[in-house]
Amino acid sequence: MSHPAIAISNLAFRWRPADAFCLELANATVDAGKSLFLHGPSGSGKSTLLNLIGGVLLPARGSVSLLGQPLGELSATRRDAFRADHLGFIFQQFNLIPYLSVLDNVLLPCRFSARRAKRVSEPEGEARRLLAALDLDPALLGRPAAELSVGQQQRVAAARALIGQPEILIADEPTSALDAERQAAFVELLLSEAGRAGSAVVFVSHDLRLATHFDHSLALAA
Amino acid sequence: MKPLLHIALKSAWNRRLTLGLTLLAIALSVTLLLSVERIRQAARDGFAQSVSGTDLIVGARGSPLQLVLYAVFNIGEASNNVDWQSYQAIAANPVVAWSVPLALGDSHRGFPVLGTTPAYFEHYRYGDRQPLRFTSGQAFNGLFEAVLGAEVAAKLGYQLGDRLTLSHGSGPLPGLEHEDKPFTVVGILAPTGTPVDRRVQVSLAAIEAIHLDWQGGAPIPGLAIPAEIVSKFDLQPKTITAFLLGLHQRSAVFRLQRKISEFRGEPLLAVMPGVALDQLWQTVGIVEKALLGISWLVFAVGLSGLAAVMLASLNERRRELAVLRSVGAGPRHIVFLLVIESLLVTLLGVLLSVAAVSVAAWLGGPWLAAWFGLSTLPLAVSPGELRLLAGIFAAALLVSLWPAWRAYRLSLADGLIPRL
Repeated sequence: MSHPAIAISNLAFRWRPADAFCLELANATVDAGKSLFLHGPSGSGKSTLLNLIGGVLLPARGSVSLLGQPLGELSATRRDAFRADHLGFIFQQFNLIPYLSVLDNVLLPCRFSARRAKRVSEPEGEARRLLAALDLDPALLGRPAAELSVGQQQRVAAARALIGQPEILIADEPTSALDAERQAAFVELLLSEAGRAGSAVVFVSHDLRLATHFDHSLALAA
Repeated sequence: MKPLLHIALKSAWNRRLTLGLTLLAIALSVTLLLSVERIRQAARDGFAQSVSGTDLIVGARGSPLQLVLYAVFNIGEASNNVDWQSYQAIAANPVVAWSVPLALGDSHRGFPVLGTTPAYFEHYRYGDRQPLRFTSGQAFNGLFEAVLGAEVAAKLGYQLGDRLTLSHGSGPLPGLEHEDKPFTVVGILAPTGTPVDRRVQVSLAAIEAIHLDWQGGAPIPGLAIPAEIVSKFDLQPKTITAFLLGLHQRSAVFRLQRKISEFRGEPLLAVMPGVALDQLWQTVGIVEKALLGISWLVFAVGLSGLAAVMLASLNERRRELAVLRSVGAGPRHIVFLLVIESLLVTLLGVLLSVAAVSVAAWLGGPWLAAWFGLSTLPLAVSPGELRLLAGIFAAALLVSLWPAWRAYRLSLADGLIPRL
């Protein structure tokens, strides 16, 4: 593993060439298997940064390299495939496709990425294992995702992000909809499963109390 | 794209109420389109086969259209009659297999009366070479006997044995009734959907008999020949209006046609009914084109409904699309998702309407054929309809690109996190 999971250098982004930069980040690196806590007030460009790492947006200046691959060198289609193969995402809320069952939601990345489907010998079994490890009642597996509570939905989202052991896990305020006492528990579960999968983690939150769980911490300027 | 099909199906099922209503609108509009197309075709075929199996219609020289109008549809009047001798001479030609004389000019309560011979019931064909059938009774045999078309009997409530009198000319005028010589109904024909249904058929001799004491279209004052003694007179007609010819071999038709137009006795005209009927349809066919045009408009309304529903659903689907993008779907997947949904709705709508039209044709076809003269409605989809269906799908595909393009733009703008 010679390449860092994420290497950001001299990054700047703006929506239109005439605008001022809404995000600037000189240097940031996340090594394979390590975790980074990213915090900053709202409006500091967290969502934009996640879209840049996801390869959905391209920077105006600088570069984002994932696993040694500069995203700017890939076509849009290849970036989509790269995201499917190597990244797992958990968002603040509305992570799931409401009409799909819990199990189908978890298996989504395996449908879009043959690589992730191949990494787990038996995707459905792996989905069940992950959900159990994340403490989800097995009785819920066949239910439509829309019927789950917010806390349950976030755990399903974590299982989906982790299935097929992506090298990078991006979590965007995944705990903000949870009670204070369950936030820490969720972060612990997430980090231990990420460790098991060997995924590097980028965890975005404005709640600095959670920073202690992570290897590194980085503040985004407003 | 295969994983997307599964997602597209589940997503569509999730919005089954709105999509179902849209599907219904599409199905109804396609049903209308298909029905109009099918009935149009059947009406055209039925019209072209108002008389079939007849190789030539012969009448006094004039316009071919006029000849067909009065000989087949009993509309308008002949400019001239045909001499009985001319008819006899042409009917004796060796290429002629059969001939049926037609004498028109009288009516019964608005329905045209046709004087002819029993050969008419034997040789007259309509539609797919179907012979005339009797629902009751048989062909006329005696002098004052009449055979009614199905519509005449149904509208006027006649049954076998009922008596009726004929009027001179096309409508009842006082003093122009042949009241002294009533006819007895001896036969009623089955419905054909052709002008036959509206005819009262009597023998040529009967036409001659009721006009024995007439001259120049009015009774001869002071002369009345009672019905009982007419048979003592010569009832051989002097003239007829037109006649139908059937040939042994169709290939002789052009030769005979030329021969008739060069006939020395008097100026005559022979037309092939199919050709003339086609010409006639060209003039009345405007209506069918208008109907088809309206049906396409209704289909356009159905499609706009589909586009509207798809566009409206995009707002509630933005999160769904963002989630799909986060697990690796590209904008092209999003486009595929929306297009496949539109096409699925269209496909189901089309299948539903093909089934509906086929069932309707199966249930209602015979009835329509009998009373409206439509040729038998086909149960299967014809090549012409396949082209129509291809057009429908092309239109649906085109329309579906609009919401798909919107979704594409939205998903590019939203990225992984929808800004709601």
